[in-house]
Amino acid sequence: MSLTRKDVESIAHLARLEITEQEMPAYVGSLSSIIDFVEQLNRAQTADVEPMAHPLAGQTQRLRADEVTERDEHERFQKNAPLVEAALYLVPKVIE
Amino acid sequence: MALARAAGVRVMEWETVIGLEVHAQLSTHAKIFSGSPTAFGAAPNTQANLVDLGYPGVLPVLNREAVRMAVKFGLATGASIASRSIFARKNYFYPDLPKGYQISQYERPVVEEGTLDILLEDGSRKTIGITRAHLEEDAGKSLHEGLRSFSGIDLNRAGTPLLEIVSEPDLRSAKEAVAYLKKVHTLVRYLEICDGNMQEGSFRCDANVSVRRAGEAKLGTRAELKNINSFRFVEKAINYEVARQIEVLEGGGRVVQETRLYDPDKDETRSMRSKEEANDYRYFPDPDLLPLAIDAAMIADVRRTLPELPDEKAQRFGRDYGLSAYDAGVLTASREIADYYESVVRGLGKDAKAAGEQLTAPKLAANWVMGELSGALNKAGLEIGVSRISSKRLAGMLARIADSTISGKIAKEVFEAMWSEERDADAIIEARGLKQITDSGAIERAVDECLAANPAQLADYRAGKEKLFGFFVGQVMKATGGKANPAQLNELLKRKLK
Amino acid sequence: MSLHLHTIAQLAEGLRARRFSSVELARACLARIAAHDKPLNAFLTVMEEEALAAARAADAAIAAGRAGPLTGIPLAHKDIFCTAGTRTTCGSRMLDNFVSPYDATVVERWKAAGTVLIGKTNMDEFAMGSSNETSYYGPVRNPWNRDCVPGGSSGGSAAAVAARLVPAASGTDTGGSIRQPAALVGITGLKPTYGRVSRYGMIAFASSLDQAGVLAQTAEDAALLLGAMAGFDPRDSTSVDEPVPDYVAALARPVRGLRIGLLKEFFDEGLEPRNARLVRDALEVFRRLGAETVEVSLPNLPLSVPTYYVVAPAECSSNLSRYDGVRFGYRAENPRDLLDLYKRSRGEGFGPEVKRRIMTGTYVLSAGYYDAYYLKAQKVRQLISEDFRRAFAQVDVLMGPTSPTPAFRIGAKVDDPITMYLNDIYTIGANLAGLPAISVPCGFVDELPVGLQIIGPFFSEARLLNAAHAFQKETQWHSRVPRGYE
Repeated sequence: MSLTRKDVESIAHLARLEITEQEMPAYVGSLSSIIDFVEQLNRAQTADVEPMAHPLAGQTQRLRADEVTERDEHERFQKNAPLVEAALYLVPKVIE
Repeated sequence: MALARAAGVRVMEWETVIGLEVHAQLSTHAKIFSGSPTAFGAAPNTQANLVDLGYPGVLPVLNREAVRMAVKFGLATGASIASRSIFARKNYFYPDLPKGYQISQYERPVVEEGTLDILLEDGSRKTIGITRAHLEEDAGKSLHEGLRSFSGIDLNRAGTPLLEIVSEPDLRSAKEAVAYLKKVHTLVRYLEICDGNMQEGSFRCDANVSVRRAGEAKLGTRAELKNINSFRFVEKAINYEVARQIEVLEGGGRVVQETRLYDPDKDETRSMRSKEEANDYRYFPDPDLLPLAIDAAMIADVRRTLPELPDEKAQRFGRDYGLSAYDAGVLTASREIADYYESVVRGLGKDAKAAGEQLTAPKLAANWVMGELSGALNKAGLEIGVSRISSKRLAGMLARIADSTISGKIAKEVFEAMWSEERDADAIIEARGLKQITDSGAIERAVDECLAANPAQLADYRAGKEKLFGFFVGQVMKATGGKANPAQLNELLKRKLK
Repeated sequence: MSLHLHTIAQLAEGLRARRFSSVELARACLARIAAHDKPLNAFLTVMEEEALAAARAADAAIAAGRAGPLTGIPLAHKDIFCTAGTRTTCGSRMLDNFVSPYDATVVERWKAAGTVLIGKTNMDEFAMGSSNETSYYGPVRNPWNRDCVPGGSSGGSAAAVAARLVPAASGTDTGGSIRQPAALVGITGLKPTYGRVSRYGMIAFASSLDQAGVLAQTAEDAALLLGAMAGFDPRDSTSVDEPVPDYVAALARPVRGLRIGLLKEFFDEGLEPRNARLVRDALEVFRRLGAETVEVSLPNLPLSVPTYYVVAPAECSSNLSRYDGVRFGYRAENPRDLLDLYKRSRGEGFGPEVKRRIMTGTYVLSAGYYDAYYLKAQKVRQLISEDFRRAFAQVDVLMGPTSPTPAFRIGAKVDDPITMYLNDIYTIGANLAGLPAISVPCGFVDELPVGLQIIGPFFSEARLLNAAHAFQKETQWHSRVPRGYE
């Protein structure tokens, strides 16, 4: 089942990816063929099968002690930040 | 206007259905998935490490205490604790959500199917269902002022553990909603899993509100109200929203399923345009975390740490102290209040009876803690933990009422004095000469003097103007500096006026 | 023999015997990179100063008698591992300016073992690719034929080792990204059991599939390096607390009696017949050594690729949401508003394959499609894992080809994603099931290397390395060096 251009537009929006006019047909084509390709999965009989989220079957989450182990290193970290002021990460203003 | 109309008879045709979602910040030392501190009020981004910032390559590891706190809540609400629960990613883009997803729980939460009883205004109890409570991480904060065309993101709060508590849509009025909210608030503070500080944002509430015609089984379309950060606003926001929805429906329209923001200045709810677009969160189990296993040993261990719960304590107060359900409820609203109250009762001696006051010691203590003390604390904006009058000092004063050294009225003066200085009741009574006059001879003399000084009123009274009794009481009190024992005075006056 | 033709085992011995120093080794690598890397494009960052400083420290340790088996050995890391103070690009424009503030656990451990980091290697962007053609920094070329791909996504590490620019390098394998390039360039590539090696600091692509591993000249070298990188890490919740055996000690055990399962489904129409021939010849070698072979069938295995192309994109679509131009990485200029910031930073920062996979993943997780795609794929994954489990009840290891064809020409498969995806057809199963697997060179077709794949049950790396080592004692494929790089 092929994807329409509208499908791709809404997926791209959900994923916050800008797709230009020129790029759109290629993405519609390749995403459609990928989705068609994975349709093969319907061949498998999975009625009573548990989904496998993880190869580590039976293992459970480790819990760590409630201890503060980190100190303030924001100056070092913010060296990588594209736009910082007064130690805040800046983004175009959001109106709520 | 329709709102006024809705407040009247029309409301009877409509039933309000409310469900509340509470986000309680758990008071762990460190964050849920990283070892950063959770303390409130730090300088921006000084409590956000690489895991909190969602840097490339970092991974979450779960805080044991957050899990224990969730279990504690589940046990306190008689809920089932999942032996295996799953963390899921809730995917959406927002600047205060660094990874572009929130680690939460979706299909298999840690706690399910609990209940909480609330006390209604008419004194009856109602059981409210708690659908689920799950663990998740908090987002950061956005600041919009003073940054020109920018918003500034502070990620200190990102990663703080939250317990999201979802009620069944069992609430039928704004008042019920407030009662439930207050009960949850009380409970999480009793359990010491959340400090309940609504101003600091550690206890947040969203309300899902809908209406339907009375008798209708199907639920109406609901609106989600956000940004209600006080009990008062919860009530007002819900009332506004109910009236608004009724008006829409009566006008032939349909209620839109949407998120609405409560504006306390205008006392209205408004549609949140920016969050209007439906968000497909694409929940799926977080592959960086394994299933959370909670075994019987941990549950037993957490159960041992449960304090006496609010309902148990209120029942015990009712039984042991003879308090009404309402009074017991007020006095157990927090552990601090309850502990203070019991400390006063112990200091008084449970079985002491206030001669002439016809009150048992526990009831006397209840009146004063709920009345004068509460008033003084509210006026000064203080919590009972930092009360200027300790339970010991208050007990000392109440003992003097109980043994008739002072009257209830004089006690108010003593209380005020104690509030502003360190001395205890005895010292103040002594210094100001406030001891009650219980010598009937002295009172009789005062009465005689009063009657002699007011012959006209005496004649009027004997002629039938019974209201003047109060006048004579007032006069004698004035003459005795308010210290005449009221009961004795009444009796003597009655006799003398015949 | 020239230094660059030494294995790590030989280099370690030479260092201990003081025939050469670590500084000399480091300089030799740096010189070879300067002379040979330009046409290969295997390296993104060469860390000359840091390497020499580390080499000097290693020499001091050796002199003081504090040397371990890896002290002073020069290595490279795939640019997916965060290295503190050094650019870590993940092959993407999105992280072109990203200097990591911390070391990945794998980096810490190899550093602690005394190795000398020479540089960071090129890779498919965000590890998404099977040919190293999606890198923002241009394709890597196969040292055996520079018109051909080296495989991917660890193409840079593979080419660097094949050309003997460094004796070994780290890689990551999500759908075959260590094994397939190892096969295409004629070296040994090992993907450990899921959870054997920490993922902390390894930039995530598909969290339930990614594993760090080794690309080396020999199974022996791989054993040494795996021993240094494996083990429990409290910072990774998916790290397994399983003791790390002495992989080197286990190498020399005889393979007599080893039960080998030949994967029936791998010998299909997609497999180049000459590749098939070489793999069967390799199996003969094992039989001569006393191993038994039997054909086994894993009926759900042909569904590996579609399963993978639902699960991996789903996980990556979420893992890559953090790249938004706010806290690090590429940020679009003069964004109109927040939405524009996100869309353009990500639209401009990511290449087309990454965008394709993010969108595929977003689609399969979206409302209305989750059950039909994601949930379904997780169920098929369970079936595939059970197939492997049943097989391992009968045999000790499974063998088959690593790749359906030898290296293909650069540009030959970029137009159709599905054709490219099918390169991983034999490797993906082990990732889905979380099993360890190794590829070793087993011959040449048209002067291009061909790999033999060996897959084992959970935590059987010692056995895999042992089988590979036995094979390498009987054959010379792994010692062949491409013309011009001898």
